[in-house]
Amino acid sequence: MLGLEKKDFRLLLIVIGLTAFAPFLLNPFPEGSDLAQFNAGYPDLMQRFVIFGIFAIGFNILFGLTGYLSFGHAAFLGAGSYGAVWMFKLLSMNVLPAIAISVVIAGLFSLLIGYISLRRSGIYFSILTLAFAQMSFALAYSVLTPITGGETGLQLALSDPRIFGAAQTATGNIPVPALFGLEMRSSFEWNVGAWLFTFNAGYYLAAVFMIIAFYISIRIFRSPFGMMLRAIKSNQTRMSYTGLNARPYTLAAFVISGMYAGLAGGLMASMDPLAGAERMQWTASGEVVLMTILGGAGTLIGPVLGAGMIKYFENIFSKINETILHGWFAFLPDGLEDVVVAMIYPFIGKGWHLTLGIMFMLVVIFLPGGLVQGGQKIAALFSRKKAEETKPNATEPAE
Amino acid sequence: MDQFILQILNGLDKGSAYALIALGLTLIFGTLGVVNFAHGALFMLGAFVAVTVSNLLTLSHKVVDETRTDFLGNPLQVDVPYLYDFFGQAAGDTIIDWAVPISILVAIPIMVAIGFAMERGLIKYFYKRPHADQILVTFGLAIVIQEIVKYFYGANPIPTPAPDAFVGSFDFGVVLGFDPNAIIYPYWRLVYFFFSVVVIGAVFAFLQFTTFGMVVRAGMADRETVGILGIDIDKRFTIMFGIAAAVAGLAGVMYAPINSPNYHMGMDFLVLSFVVVVVGGMGSLPGAVAAGFMLGILESFASMSAVIDLLPGINQIIIYLVAIIILLTRPRGLMGRKGVMEE
Repeated sequence: MLGLEKKDFRLLLIVIGLTAFAPFLLNPFPEGSDLAQFNAGYPDLMQRFVIFGIFAIGFNILFGLTGYLSFGHAAFLGAGSYGAVWMFKLLSMNVLPAIAISVVIAGLFSLLIGYISLRRSGIYFSILTLAFAQMSFALAYSVLTPITGGETGLQLALSDPRIFGAAQTATGNIPVPALFGLEMRSSFEWNVGAWLFTFNAGYYLAAVFMIIAFYISIRIFRSPFGMMLRAIKSNQTRMSYTGLNARPYTLAAFVISGMYAGLAGGLMASMDPLAGAERMQWTASGEVVLMTILGGAGTLIGPVLGAGMIKYFENIFSKINETILHGWFAFLPDGLEDVVVAMIYPFIGKGWHLTLGIMFMLVVIFLPGGLVQGGQKIAALFSRKKAEETKPNATEPAE
Repeated sequence: MDQFILQILNGLDKGSAYALIALGLTLIFGTLGVVNFAHGALFMLGAFVAVTVSNLLTLSHKVVDETRTDFLGNPLQVDVPYLYDFFGQAAGDTIIDWAVPISILVAIPIMVAIGFAMERGLIKYFYKRPHADQILVTFGLAIVIQEIVKYFYGANPIPTPAPDAFVGSFDFGVVLGFDPNAIIYPYWRLVYFFFSVVVIGAVFAFLQFTTFGMVVRAGMADRETVGILGIDIDKRFTIMFGIAAAVAGLAGVMYAPINSPNYHMGMDFLVLSFVVVVVGGMGSLPGAVAAGFMLGILESFASMSAVIDLLPGINQIIIYLVAIIILLTRPRGLMGRKGVMEE
């Protein structure tokens, strides 16, 4: 179906199902219950899941397939955001042109940076991309203030010279991004008993883009082009001896992943029309590296899982404070309760970065294939016999 | 002319920090072949050794001072550092005042121990893995170290003053025959520069003039042959890792009075130090030092107002710009060796 093998098509269907029913799946606990704080089914977080999912899928096309570790991908996301906000300011509040321009701008930007950076490989490539991203960040923060808004970031204003659509609404407010009149922030809320499910327009738009992005990434993984990219990762020298020039392939992969980052940036600006320089900082680039590795670089679904996991931790775990912990362990005797809380507390709440760092290290050390590989290992443990029957498939790289 | 000298001086202290960190990075890379993204964290740990030492020195107990009263009329409770009890007030004050130089002595064994632990506990298992894996695992380690420090010391910068003797500035202009106040340079930065020159000199002398250093250099050049000659090169490389960690730590200790330590200072320096290492040439010690000072001075020239008027924003990007140009024109960096990191 759709030019996919049966296995891939099933994976695509699963992803479509999961994203479509995410408002239900992420809200398993009734409102007002103790566990309601673990609900992730609110629009802002769901949007982030899919947007960073797109970002990580794109990064994976470069890193997972070619092995080129870029530490500057956030620059493309930032460039995309700026482009989108400028479209809102100058053209119209419709999100489609904004997203289109963000992909184009990020593509051109990555073509330029990729053309230069890809002249080197290995650590030099990482440093070059890092240097370019930090340069873009520094420039966006200082000199380019007329274009980027500098420290305050680029925001919409009441005086924007918008060609299509009014500069302000009838009530004198700044208009919000919309898709042909459907506001991105509008939500439909559905009360079922104690549960409250929120269906957000922006989330579903981003989800549609993510599914398209995911589909394209499957096609790239399965195409001869994807095979070439894998060849670059496994042995570039051998590839050039067979008469193939690796540069055009790596450059294409770099630009494609840059465009994915731009798409993510454009969507981010569509959900909330502002763009800041900090989106380009190298820590933001580091985050997408974390996501991809944690989920499983070189696998199809891994980066999405990694992005979801990190964003979930960032937003849910970081909210847990000492009082909540004491509430959980209240059943323990007093002295023991304090000890347990004191032991757990450094790892959650404000310390969730520590958990993330430890988890990341463990994954790099023991599971180079990320969580996907971990899942496969566990699955193999339970169905060893079955795995032996289908051994030729089981030894294939994780995908 | 005076402006010119001032900018060179300004560049020296930042350049010293870059050079020290880059030297450690290159030592690790040249000996063990590991790209250590946690090196900035070691620099930060050094700075926090200084913070800890000055905290420890000012540990105090409360004593009721009968001669003074607080605003309620009760006898005033005064914090008296334990050091006063041991050495008397005058000597105690001096010791507290010299907390940062004292930390140097404390930092060396601590940082060497941390370096050993890191190499034996983690890095050892990554020699055979690709460079990308090394970058990633040390990047994770840097996050972990950073968060542990944040947990214990909080997120705010902690002011750690230099000894009173070095507070204030030195008027260079008078010495060189310019107008007074033309070239003003803080004493501590001067100390930092000389300190870094001493440390760099010591590392080079150690490698150049001792048998141990000779073996290490031989190992850097051809590890396999040295192993065949019956020398346990791994053990010596572990020691070099400890030394590199100590160099980064010392750079951090001495930097504490210049910039109040906070938990992410390591990351800020790390990015620049990597650029420095790559510009100097992966695996070349003199290259790392030269590039460190060069980029530090270039950065300070770029922040002159005359230059900024000409090319706005150049001060923010000069280092990266130079790095890009050098990497594209001289792929091995300024003094890179052939065959290093050229996969």
